Amino acid sequence: MLNETEKEEVARELERYPTRQAACIEALKIVQKRHGYVSDEHLAELAGLLGMTEDELDGVATFYSLIFRRPVGRHVILLCDSVSCYVMGYEDIYRHLRGGLGIEFGQTTADGRFTLLPAPCLGCCDRAPAMMIDDDLQLDLTGPKVDQILAQYQ
Amino acid sequence: MITIYVDNQAYQAKAGGNLLEAVLSLGLNLPYFCWHPAMGSVGACRQCAVTLYKDEQDTQGKIVMACMTPVKEGLRISLQDRQSRDFRARVIEWLMANHPHDCPVCDEGGECHLQDMTVMTAHDYRRYRFAKRTFANQDLGPFVNHELNRCIACYRCVRFYNDYAGARDFSVLGCHNTVYFGRSQSGPLESEFSGNLVEVCPTGVFTDKTLKEHYTRKWDLQTAPSICVHCGLGCNTIPGERYGTLRRVQARYHSQVNGYFLCDRGRYGYEFVNRPERPRTAMIRRDGQLAAASAEAALAAARELVGSARGLAGVGSPRASLESNFALRQLVGAENFYSGQAPWLDDCVREALRQLQIGPATPSLRQVEQCDAAVVLGEDVTNFAPMLDLAIRQAVRVEPMELARQLKIDLWLDGPVRELIQDRRGPLLIASPAATKLDEIARWTYRSGPAGVVRLALATARELDASLPVPDGLDEPTARLAKEVAAALAKAKSPLVVSGCGCGSVELIQAAGVLARALAKVNSAARLSLTVPDCNSLGLAMLGGKNFRQALEALRLGRADTAVVLESDLWDLAPTDAVESALAGKRLVVLDHLPGRTVQRADVLLPAGTFAEADGTLVNNEGRAQRFFQVFPPQGDIRQSWRWLGDLAGRNWPNLDAVLAELSSALPDLAPATGAAPQANFRIEGLKVARQSHRYSGRTAITADVTVHEPKPPDDPDTPLTFSMEGFDGIPPAALVPRFWSPGWNSQSALTRFQQEVNGPLRGGPAGVRLINPGSSGGTAVSAVSGESDQAGPQAGRLCYQKLLVVPAWHIYGSEAQSMQSPALAGRAPRPYLGLSPADAAQAGLQADQRITAQFDGQSLSLEARILPSLPRGLAVLGMLAGQPAVQLPAIIDPPPKGAP
Ligand code: SF4
Ligand code: SF4
Ligand code: FES
Repeated sequence: MLNETEKEEVARELERYPTRQAACIEALKIVQKRHGYVSDEHLAELAGLLGMTEDELDGVATFYSLIFRRPVGRHVILLCDSVSCYVMGYEDIYRHLRGGLGIEFGQTTADGRFTLLPAPCLGCCDRAPAMMIDDDLQLDLTGPKVDQILAQYQ
Repeated sequence: MITIYVDNQAYQAKAGGNLLEAVLSLGLNLPYFCWHPAMGSVGACRQCAVTLYKDEQDTQGKIVMACMTPVKEGLRISLQDRQSRDFRARVIEWLMANHPHDCPVCDEGGECHLQDMTVMTAHDYRRYRFAKRTFANQDLGPFVNHELNRCIACYRCVRFYNDYAGARDFSVLGCHNTVYFGRSQSGPLESEFSGNLVEVCPTGVFTDKTLKEHYTRKWDLQTAPSICVHCGLGCNTIPGERYGTLRRVQARYHSQVNGYFLCDRGRYGYEFVNRPERPRTAMIRRDGQLAAASAEAALAAARELVGSARGLAGVGSPRASLESNFALRQLVGAENFYSGQAPWLDDCVREALRQLQIGPATPSLRQVEQCDAAVVLGEDVTNFAPMLDLAIRQAVRVEPMELARQLKIDLWLDGPVRELIQDRRGPLLIASPAATKLDEIARWTYRSGPAGVVRLALATARELDASLPVPDGLDEPTARLAKEVAAALAKAKSPLVVSGCGCGSVELIQAAGVLARALAKVNSAARLSLTVPDCNSLGLAMLGGKNFRQALEALRLGRADTAVVLESDLWDLAPTDAVESALAGKRLVVLDHLPGRTVQRADVLLPAGTFAEADGTLVNNEGRAQRFFQVFPPQGDIRQSWRWLGDLAGRNWPNLDAVLAELSSALPDLAPATGAAPQANFRIEGLKVARQSHRYSGRTAITADVTVHEPKPPDDPDTPLTFSMEGFDGIPPAALVPRFWSPGWNSQSALTRFQQEVNGPLRGGPAGVRLINPGSSGGTAVSAVSGESDQAGPQAGRLCYQKLLVVPAWHIYGSEAQSMQSPALAGRAPRPYLGLSPADAAQAGLQADQRITAQFDGQSLSLEARILPSLPRGLAVLGMLAGQPAVQLPAIIDPPPKGAP
């Protein structure tokens, strides 16, 4: 169930658009902000608020790779696997992350600390290889640097 | 017509269409996936690439998508050049990258558009060596099977299901190379047209779940052209049989009737043909018990009963052919021929016939799709005449599509046109007792019983034609609505009035006629479409027997002591007591293929052929006579009803044409029905049309467990078709098309080869013939109808709610007797119920789903209470479920007391 704050936030978004459906991405983000992902129950509830069917809203939710439909860890790592990062050693970074965290792309560490996902581009080709943890960009990565960075996220 | 050049050869093509349509209409081969003739072009799959040249000098050319390229004078393209051939080969290779190549275990195999296109592009070697993406499949209910790994992401399914059929419980999930076509959660597809996914999907993702229960490849099916028997619209079908059981039903394209599609009742209602409970043996009552007898003995016994009768009553059937009904009429005499339509519906059907005869002209379903404004009076078309729902869903797009026309966007460009018109919809009024599914696309909804709808219709008519009287008791909101609706109708280019028998109100049908004629004075393009309950309701009405009340009376008074009942269950037609008292001590000859109370009560039972084992003509709600043909020869004692009756009457008709000839001379109005299809002596290149495909397997071995000699194919004296693979296998006249199949085109997509042009009529002459020419015969125009009192509606505050007015509520799964014998469909029928407004339920102290007993005239029904928020106070609906005790509707009843739990 959405709490009162979430409902208010959704209601505010609804006012900004000519049709209710148009607010759907913002509404999904509101839910994800608090819960980390969008559960089936939340999806159904939002669909009702937006005048959409669950199927329609799920189509939107699953289209966007940064809307999560499954629980994720406390921190989400988006590792860029696009061309520039690839050239600049993305594979080493991925290997390093895999070794250190014991997870592959799409997985979450057993302690629920990290979820590791690929990202097609973070827009930082000049400082490749790059990754993003939660809202923070991390650039010019090297193995040791990655370890330092990860330590900051508990 | 303009000239285009394909590989340097000049062809005549129609201007205005797209190049893919033109190429296919010319009979050339060009592979495609995402384009569909009914749904237009989106250019998504890139498979239809061709090379377009600027002019004769241009040797380079450029790749374009044929489906996205308008046909213009002098257009120069190549299909054969290396560049576009390579491009197409690459495209299919990508599309196939994730495909599991599981044709041998795929139900689509052998009639798969993807297989055909793969062969056409000569993609025969797989280079992709990596893991394929795989999906979990969903349970989509009893009709459609889901196997998504086979998907090539052409988007046809969602374009049909959501965009064309308007359903919202299906979508595209995911993105880039992991795109999932399905639902958010498993669960039965909600659309009444879900079965079309099976034909729309070019791969084996969506397949027929009922076929899976008794699977047979297309090439092993024996098929014949047929007509759907599950409502009054007469959609064209292709049923397929193997080993004496019907395996599936597919759509048979008809440019005017059903187009490419069917509803799920029509597609999945067929299994009644296979039911073990079905009467299959001839029976005679001996010592009070029905006992099996030989066909000859039963015939002799029936002959004896008929011959020694002091008076006969023949009860015809709205689900039996014109020929069978006529044969009965000949046996018992015109004065003893009665309708087997429930009398209250019979009155409506006869009124509908009268209105159609007066006019204005009635539209085909295709014409309905092209109307730009519509009013639906009293009907829940989704449940009563399902394909009309699909047609109206297209019609509401016509007015906003004008915008595209102004912007000079080709209407076949589906993407831009949908983007442009968004949620805009043309004027549509739904006036009905309770909410209907079409409400979601309606501009106006109006909730009222029949009399209120009559008032609204007459008030609207009066707005259009000031010479008409103002209806009595018109309230202010209704008057205002009438004004608005009339204005929209007057402005429309091709306005449509839809009504029919669904409400059980003769006045409403008359009022619809009044409105349509008032409209026709303003705009001669106005059309009147009326629904009827059964597949041959109108044909039976045209035969003109008396009504069933009179049959009961004749039996009760002893004027008749022997009844011959054709494909009807009398207990469905009148209350139990009335039927039983009329039949007491009477003798009963029954011809049927459905088990039922009348069959159990028979003195002689003659097992009748279903539509799949019989030939005959059905007249749909437009008055279109259409022929259906035996799909397989009847087994055992089963015979076509008209043949039993002809033998009983000593007519010795040699074949169906002889029945039709006698029908034509007895009833000249019906004579054109003879021309619904070619006669039995029709041959092409000296051949009959083969019901079995050229690849039908096991012909010589199919009965090897019984005899090693290959039996001679059964005779078929009645039709120009043969129960054999030997026969004409090309493109026959439209009425005789047993399957769509053409070299290189093994799937239903072969049908473009059978069309004169894409979306045009089939080649080889028309299928079916219209029997009604408005204005040429029949009744005088009723100009005014009075809205009756005892009315529930928005204006009815002055009424007291001591009583409830009960009107019928129809169900696509549940109301039609034959389809209710099909397990897939019966499982989706509601339990018997009475729908009440929240206020009436509260007043009677009733909760949802509570058991109640409702007392109708002469019949008490045990029902569940359903609370329908949309119902106005004082109005109730009775779920019309096949097999439940018959009541006459509309009815006025006391609010039901709670029944025993
Ligand atoms: S499921 Fe079928 S119709 Fe839908 S996109 Fe895939 S291949 Fe096309
Ligand atoms: S609309 Fe009627 S005739 Fe057409 S397929 Fe459905 S039940 Fe059959
Ligand atoms: S059919 Fe033309 S792009 Fe798909």
